[in-house]
Amino acid sequence: MRRFVPMLLSALALMVAGCEKKTQPASTETDTSKQPAQGTAPATPQPGTPTPPGNTSTFLLGVATSLTGGQATFGVSTRNGIDMAIKEANAAGGVKGKKLEMRVYDDQGKPEEAAQAVTRLITQDHVVLILGDVASSNSLAMAEKAQAAGVPMITPSSTNPAVTEKGDYIFRVCFIDPFQGFVMAKFARETLKANNVSVLQDNKSAYSIGLTDVFTRKFTEMGGKITGTQSYSQGDTDYRAQLTAIKKTQPEAIYVPGYYSEVGVIARQARELGLTVPLLGGDGWDSEKLFELGGSAIQGSYFSNHYSPQNPEPRIQKFVSEYKAAYGGVPDALAALAYDAANVAIEALKKAPDTSGKAIRDAIAQTKGFPGIAGTVTLDEKRNAVKPAVVLKVGDGTTEYVTTVNP
Amino acid sequence: MSQLLQHLINGLAAGTIYALVALGYTMVYGVLKLINFAHGDVMMVGVYMGYATAFALGRQTQKTFLGVVIIFLVAMGGCALMGFLIERFAYRPLREKPRLTSLITAIGISFALSYGFQLDIGFLPGAAPRAFPEIITPKEWLIIGDRDVVVWNWQVMSLMIAVGLMVGLQWLVFRTRFGRAMRAVSFDHRVAALMGIPTDRVIAGTFMIGSSLAAGAGLLYAIKDTSVSPLMGMYVGLKAFVAAVIGGIGHVPGAVVGALLLGMVEEFVVGYLASTWRDAVAFGILIIVLLFKPCGLFGRVAAEKV
Repeated sequence: MRRFVPMLLSALALMVAGCEKKTQPASTETDTSKQPAQGTAPATPQPGTPTPPGNTSTFLLGVATSLTGGQATFGVSTRNGIDMAIKEANAAGGVKGKKLEMRVYDDQGKPEEAAQAVTRLITQDHVVLILGDVASSNSLAMAEKAQAAGVPMITPSSTNPAVTEKGDYIFRVCFIDPFQGFVMAKFARETLKANNVSVLQDNKSAYSIGLTDVFTRKFTEMGGKITGTQSYSQGDTDYRAQLTAIKKTQPEAIYVPGYYSEVGVIARQARELGLTVPLLGGDGWDSEKLFELGGSAIQGSYFSNHYSPQNPEPRIQKFVSEYKAAYGGVPDALAALAYDAANVAIEALKKAPDTSGKAIRDAIAQTKGFPGIAGTVTLDEKRNAVKPAVVLKVGDGTTEYVTTVNP
Repeated sequence: MSQLLQHLINGLAAGTIYALVALGYTMVYGVLKLINFAHGDVMMVGVYMGYATAFALGRQTQKTFLGVVIIFLVAMGGCALMGFLIERFAYRPLREKPRLTSLITAIGISFALSYGFQLDIGFLPGAAPRAFPEIITPKEWLIIGDRDVVVWNWQVMSLMIAVGLMVGLQWLVFRTRFGRAMRAVSFDHRVAALMGIPTDRVIAGTFMIGSSLAAGAGLLYAIKDTSVSPLMGMYVGLKAFVAAVIGGIGHVPGAVVGALLLGMVEEFVVGYLASTWRDAVAFGILIIVLLFKPCGLFGRVAAEKV
């Protein structure tokens, strides 16, 4: 028995070491996966390693996103959206006579893997620009590396304000958390006429904490009352304790700014405990999986989002039908934003006088009135997109457009 | 008051599932002095076996009594086979090597299962969480007051299945020849071998029983929390491991007590203190128990032979 504690400690140490080294086999998508360890890469390009830009006939765009892990559908949508934009640009003749290509690394939904993926994209693959990720916690880790290396990065859908505050090479094509929190606070107060709202946040996610923060402040400013704040950790599947505590406070709605993987289950357990009030959330809910995980329990709840696939505008319907044909399934907002982000990047590559990080950065910064699928993109001086949000109601396997809230 | 009752029900439901998983840890530790870190992932594989069986049976059949029995039998049988294979090919060749070697192998198997199952090729399910089908049609079993406390039929059934499995295990360990052999191997496997006990077969049997209990626990977990994903095994496995250590690893009733304690503590901390404190308090209890009773609540102090 006495041997047990050192054994446990060494086991934990090994687990940690195991975690750090995993990127190599698990995280590649392209033919470079047979490369040796990345430590050797920068100095001597191996056969098959792309040489620095300028000498090649392609522009290489780096993508780091979560293709596995709890938020895998986000990453897959993001990759598809970028893929679609690149294919369209190549079909139209590429940029400055060169073809575009992307290199995708999986970050497994973990910040440390995301940071490593970016390092690899920069030092080994010499990408001109980085796209990703969805979850703000990952994008924060990536932004740190990209900013330090002077490589421009556009996050399609990370809404935490801190991401673009990392430096002047970091951009986004979506709105930011304060706005999403504000949208739902306004919706709860003015449309639902709710006075008492409880909050259930994911305390492992910068995104969820950010939304909760703003929602709480705005909702209180508008005269509402937050009856209680409970939290859970990503990956939990039992929320009955929190929901039982929330039930006691008799709220008229519950704000759950988490991700679809947890929200669906939360909805089921809330109904099971006899909590029938609507749940409110943010764009983290946006996944076809929400309907599967939430079943009938999630119906009648609301969330703020970047776009609605039901928007009748022909441009958007064309995107939806082409996406469906190519990848199957209705594109979610993450696919639309990734498509927009890639297009903003491609426009910038066209406008930039050369392929240095600085030139591309300046070109991205000038983006104004760019007609994206998820709203018109104009970047402000803080490198954030300013655009309206929509509120959607969850129905039976689909979402209904409810209203648009302007900044 | 009604809130307290609801918390008790929730905590009991979580605790019994931890208990079933913790039993597997504790039994394997008992006979081999090995912490089988792959145990939680075996549970996860069992859940996916049940998931696949439920789909194969179709929407109608999976809800019948026979359907549920088939789902449990396939998952538990499949996991028993898997437990056997893991023991035969991963642990047995290393049995005479330093114990750390087996431990690392266990961690390796754990990662291979939980990350292998995130692949999206062939029968592997892919990373995204899935909704487990409702194999027991939910119905209120007991309603107190104006829906202040609701007890569902599946909560009662889960509890009955869990208790049934535990009673069965207790009978097996203390009332059968195999159980006596298991206890003998646990006491000293070399001496047991000298007495003519087929230790290899007993150890393989222990793995099979532990793994099928894990599959049963996994299915109850999936029925309770509806969402299944390849990483669920690591999470539940860690909690159950802590429960087994609190109870005194190697001690069968201790694992059950530790698990119920952990389930209740987590529930009450979230309900009455703050949800952020849940894991801190759970692991804090582990530390306190180990400080005062280094072998866990029920663990025996074994004299170190020099």
